[in-house]
Amino acid sequence: MSEAPGRLRYVSTDRRVREDRRFVVGKGNFVADVSLLNMKHVALVTCPYPAAAIKSIDKSAAMAMRGVHYVLDGRELAEATLPLMTGLDTPNVPRRPLALDVARYAGEWVAAVVADTRALAEDAAEKLKVVYDKLPFVLDAEQALQTGSALVHQAHGSNVLLDKTFVWGEVDKDFADSPRHLSLRVKWGRSATVPIETFGVVASWDPWREILDVWASIQMPRYADQIGIALKIPVSAVRVHYDVDVGGSYGVKRGIKHTVLVGYLTRRLGFPVRLIEDRLENMRGGDAHGPERLFDVDVAFDDNGIIRSMKMRALENVGAYAGRSPFQLGKPVGAIVGPYKIQSVQYRAVAVVTNKTTQEAVRGFGQAPTNVAIERTIDEVAHALGLDPIEVRRRNMIRHEEFPYTIPSGTTYDSGDYHTVIDKVLAHTSYEDLKKERDRLRSTGKLAGIGITACLEPSGGNAMFEALINPKITTTTFMDSCRIAVDGMGSITATMHTTSSGQGHETLVGTVIGEVLQVDPDNIRVTRPDSLNSLPSGTPVGSRMAIMLGGAAFHAANKLKTKLTTIAAHDLGIPLERAAYANGEVYDRNAPQNRRTWADLVQIAHRNFHRMPSDMEPGLAVSHVMQVPTGGTLPTADGRVQMYPCTSFEFHLILLTIDPDLGLPEIVCYRIGHDCGTVINPKIVRGMTMGGVAHGIGAALYEEFAYDGEGQLMAQSFMDYLLPSSHEVPAVEIIQHVTPSPNTVLGQKGSGESGYLGAPAAVANAINDALRPLGISTNTLPIKVSVLGDMIAEAQEKAQEKAQANKGH
Amino acid sequence: MKAAPFEYSRPADVDEACALLAADESARIIAGGQTLVAMMAMRLARPTRLIDINRIAALSYIRDDGETIAIGATTRQCLVERDPLVASKVPLLARAIPWIGHAATRARGTIGGSLANADPAAECPLIAITLDASLSYRADGQTADISARDFFIGPMITTLPAGACLTGVSFPVWRGAKVGVGFHEVNARRSDFAFVSAAAQVELGDDGLCKRVAIGVGAAVDFPMRLERAEQQLRGSALDDAAVQAAVTDALADIDPLADLHASAEYRRRVAINLAARAVADARAHAQGSKNHAH
Amino acid sequence: MRIELNVNGTVRELDVEPRTTLLDCLRDQMALTGAHAGCEHGVCGACTVLFDGVAVRSCLMFAVQAQGSAVTTVEGVTPGPGELSQIQDAFCETHGTQCGYCTPAMILVAHALLANNLEPTREDIVEAISGNICRCTGYAQIVEAIALAAERLRGANRPSELRK
Repeated sequence: MSEAPGRLRYVSTDRRVREDRRFVVGKGNFVADVSLLNMKHVALVTCPYPAAAIKSIDKSAAMAMRGVHYVLDGRELAEATLPLMTGLDTPNVPRRPLALDVARYAGEWVAAVVADTRALAEDAAEKLKVVYDKLPFVLDAEQALQTGSALVHQAHGSNVLLDKTFVWGEVDKDFADSPRHLSLRVKWGRSATVPIETFGVVASWDPWREILDVWASIQMPRYADQIGIALKIPVSAVRVHYDVDVGGSYGVKRGIKHTVLVGYLTRRLGFPVRLIEDRLENMRGGDAHGPERLFDVDVAFDDNGIIRSMKMRALENVGAYAGRSPFQLGKPVGAIVGPYKIQSVQYRAVAVVTNKTTQEAVRGFGQAPTNVAIERTIDEVAHALGLDPIEVRRRNMIRHEEFPYTIPSGTTYDSGDYHTVIDKVLAHTSYEDLKKERDRLRSTGKLAGIGITACLEPSGGNAMFEALINPKITTTTFMDSCRIAVDGMGSITATMHTTSSGQGHETLVGTVIGEVLQVDPDNIRVTRPDSLNSLPSGTPVGSRMAIMLGGAAFHAANKLKTKLTTIAAHDLGIPLERAAYANGEVYDRNAPQNRRTWADLVQIAHRNFHRMPSDMEPGLAVSHVMQVPTGGTLPTADGRVQMYPCTSFEFHLILLTIDPDLGLPEIVCYRIGHDCGTVINPKIVRGMTMGGVAHGIGAALYEEFAYDGEGQLMAQSFMDYLLPSSHEVPAVEIIQHVTPSPNTVLGQKGSGESGYLGAPAAVANAINDALRPLGISTNTLPIKVSVLGDMIAEAQEKAQEKAQANKGH
Repeated sequence: MKAAPFEYSRPADVDEACALLAADESARIIAGGQTLVAMMAMRLARPTRLIDINRIAALSYIRDDGETIAIGATTRQCLVERDPLVASKVPLLARAIPWIGHAATRARGTIGGSLANADPAAECPLIAITLDASLSYRADGQTADISARDFFIGPMITTLPAGACLTGVSFPVWRGAKVGVGFHEVNARRSDFAFVSAAAQVELGDDGLCKRVAIGVGAAVDFPMRLERAEQQLRGSALDDAAVQAAVTDALADIDPLADLHASAEYRRRVAINLAARAVADARAHAQGSKNHAH
Repeated sequence: MRIELNVNGTVRELDVEPRTTLLDCLRDQMALTGAHAGCEHGVCGACTVLFDGVAVRSCLMFAVQAQGSAVTTVEGVTPGPGELSQIQDAFCETHGTQCGYCTPAMILVAHALLANNLEPTREDIVEAISGNICRCTGYAQIVEAIALAAERLRGANRPSELRK
């Protein structure tokens, strides 16, 4: 930590989250609440086929309908705008808001209708006559890899966007030298974090001020940049309003195609334009699907269960286009060995396009699927050796005294005490008792299993996976910022420069500044200016805000504290070292009765220039722009790089039963040990973990964007995309531990992805433990009731046949 | 997801509703709307006129008709759920209703709406089939009855004549001293449409043997079905587990189960057998322990 | 169509298309934006309002159907400007909200539950909110909020003969 905080007054105390006040009375400011005079509404026309050439679009019937102002097609939009920003260097795979000449997935947006109301726009959208020529299509990633597969983008020549292999350490030698090997295939089904609020955007172009005002349910780095680039206007002509409350995002609210669409329309048509996705548009064509990943894992280990080396191929089915999402193959590199001391790794990242909906970033950015692959493998290693799965993990884990620990891919883990976290969980819930309960449940005829997972949450958003995956990218700067001003009457206002989607950032900022200035955080106003009034922010991605926004607020507050102390010392006529700051006042250490109060200092700074130190700006305004800790270096030639500055840790322990006749799983007990360093606000962190576990249970058991053989999304609504309700999420107990980070101002690490990163793996391991007595296993998520039921029935039948056969002779 | 435009009528009585229906073949009745409004939002249903029968008082009742309990078509599912008459006289219905959707949908959804909608996985049609309920409807100024058996003929397809409005359903009351019920449903999440469901009602004689049994299975095929072959085999038996298992297995051997995103055909067949057996076992146990207040 | 709607105790005359849902009418014509659209097909529950005191999905009802009943939105259970009801305050105490999108619906469901049952078990609470999806909280702190509100309401200063 840069400055040891000593006894904490506000940080880590059980404070209310100030944002809650407006939400419990229904006074959030969501994008659908934004209403502008003369605002018009957009509805989309979508392609019904997985691949088709667009032969013609007849707008006449639609334009003749009441209240319709305009019909925009892909050709017009493509002529006026640049393609959307992509992460990979793939110029022949352009991505646009509306399909240009060819539509590449069922649900892709082909035209946009603008009308007086959303209902009228939908009426007119039905009247648009689009003529398609169907094209061959491909849906499966492995098929897309094969020569002879239908091509999603003809000009690209293949369906492969990325195929990169990294070798860190002596992999081949380690495999040759190891007595034992194991291979596993793990499939993570296409799912996403699906917020209850869909994406929405309102844009309004003022041609006299030359400003494009944008209100959006957005969570995206470089949002204003991307708007300006695509619309070919200066970014200083784009004003994004960060005071829109985002109704949940967990990664996916990237809406750049929606934004470019309405941004163009408002400039073209001269009135504000609004697009709020309805749920059908969102599910099929909102481009907010998540990873669909196939892992092939090989490990080399010894008879004690020590894993020496790992090979992993990750094949990602990206969908028809790619924005930033292929980078989700790169982020896990920063924790590719999990919490284990695996000494060499070969990692092959392959991203292919298919005729499915485009993916977006999802909570964890690829870490949750990767953790399933790693943790299923650890369990299988334990099983192969007849060793306890917790014991195998303990043997492989990095020990507390070994931190900071550099993993083969180049990232140094900051701190951790994994063994203590496990000890704490098992002290809270006896492993032996849990095993006895599992056995008792088995004796009643149920299947029962214990699921274990240990995994990391890399946090801080040092997103060097960009340069690692695409060497043309040289970005090493990842910023956040905070500005604090004390006004002429002494109240404190701080600004943060991005939107939030429920993480309590205003509370975070108030708490940290209050801690530094030793004033009640509730007296600190926190606001969000728009993008033209903001300092740089990397936005809430990569579990970074506690570290980055917390850090920026901390540093800004210290600058303010220093300024106040300096002004006071000067006015008291004492050397700076004798001036002591406490609770908003500054006094002479040698003569404490000589002091300047907060009001005195405000008076001097704002109105008594003659009392100010020379060379000091008047007023009390400070700001701090912070670079990510440990950031700033590019990858080495052999693909090693420091990624995220901090690693939080979680240990999941689940007891689960399965009704063998129905295949119905039920989680009976859920414990999670969680260490995210210093906890700035316990209520917020607990909520994040609980929510993450619910997301994880959804991904493990219920949620899938399933497609049929004709390229149609079968889960188009919430009737078929199954979100966990309160019945599906068991009571979860969190056992918190604190191992501070040496890289952050208060020892805090991130926790925005906690729970989600480990829950799917833990559930998968529990189910496999339950199935083990039947000699079957499953490594395909989500693990659905019907599939489980059929698997169990088949295994029982085989067992019966075998028993009969044995009897028979 | 805004519905296509339509006209709206709120008739004062059923005959007026039928007249409106007859006048426009694209007009539809709306009661609870928990299915219809969602379909309209997705523009899968596009009635030109909605005929709102929610406030026709004569259609909302729960009545003891002696041999039967009569429930009006627009009676809210939540009222049926809480009704003491239903609990004592049609316990199988009382057992099944809480499985319909969520409390918020049962607050608006109606018994008649569920029956007229005829979703193969729905609870009300299954209970109606299992108990040989009789449905009544109004058309052209006349009231007619139709047995549940003859009513459900396909997924969302009934024999309700065009221009007719369902007015009520009557559930026969089993008067024996030892009557028990069982109901099971399996789905991914508790409130989802069932993958498979099963309902059973059993009456035991003084000798403890099965005097009467009715078994129904839902969500397995295009409409809820009775396991009549199984009922025949089990009548007079002790309803021991092996006999029940054999009987329901036999009764379900020839069905062609549905396969979809949520469950395979084999799953539905296998689990239909399992749930039917469980429902019968529950009903037997319930009957053995019961003091039936029906009289 | 001209209709009369009784919302939060006030009767207002409005002009609506038959196809306007109660949800859209509340939001667009009555400036009551606490009810939210999450799916518009009756699954997520974010549009929940109280209809004659009972929680229903306002996206599954056309505004024209609501004439003759009393509709309560989250604005109707908020005591006054800057004030919180006991239930709303309990949600703040346990942090039973994060992004806030499902929250007004949860508040109303809690009101409906606690109006009839001041001693709900955990199962009662879980069942009551099971028709409302939350993607942020994992439900834990929502359940705790409702339990806390129940406890506080039980202890509230009421004449003894009115307590159960």
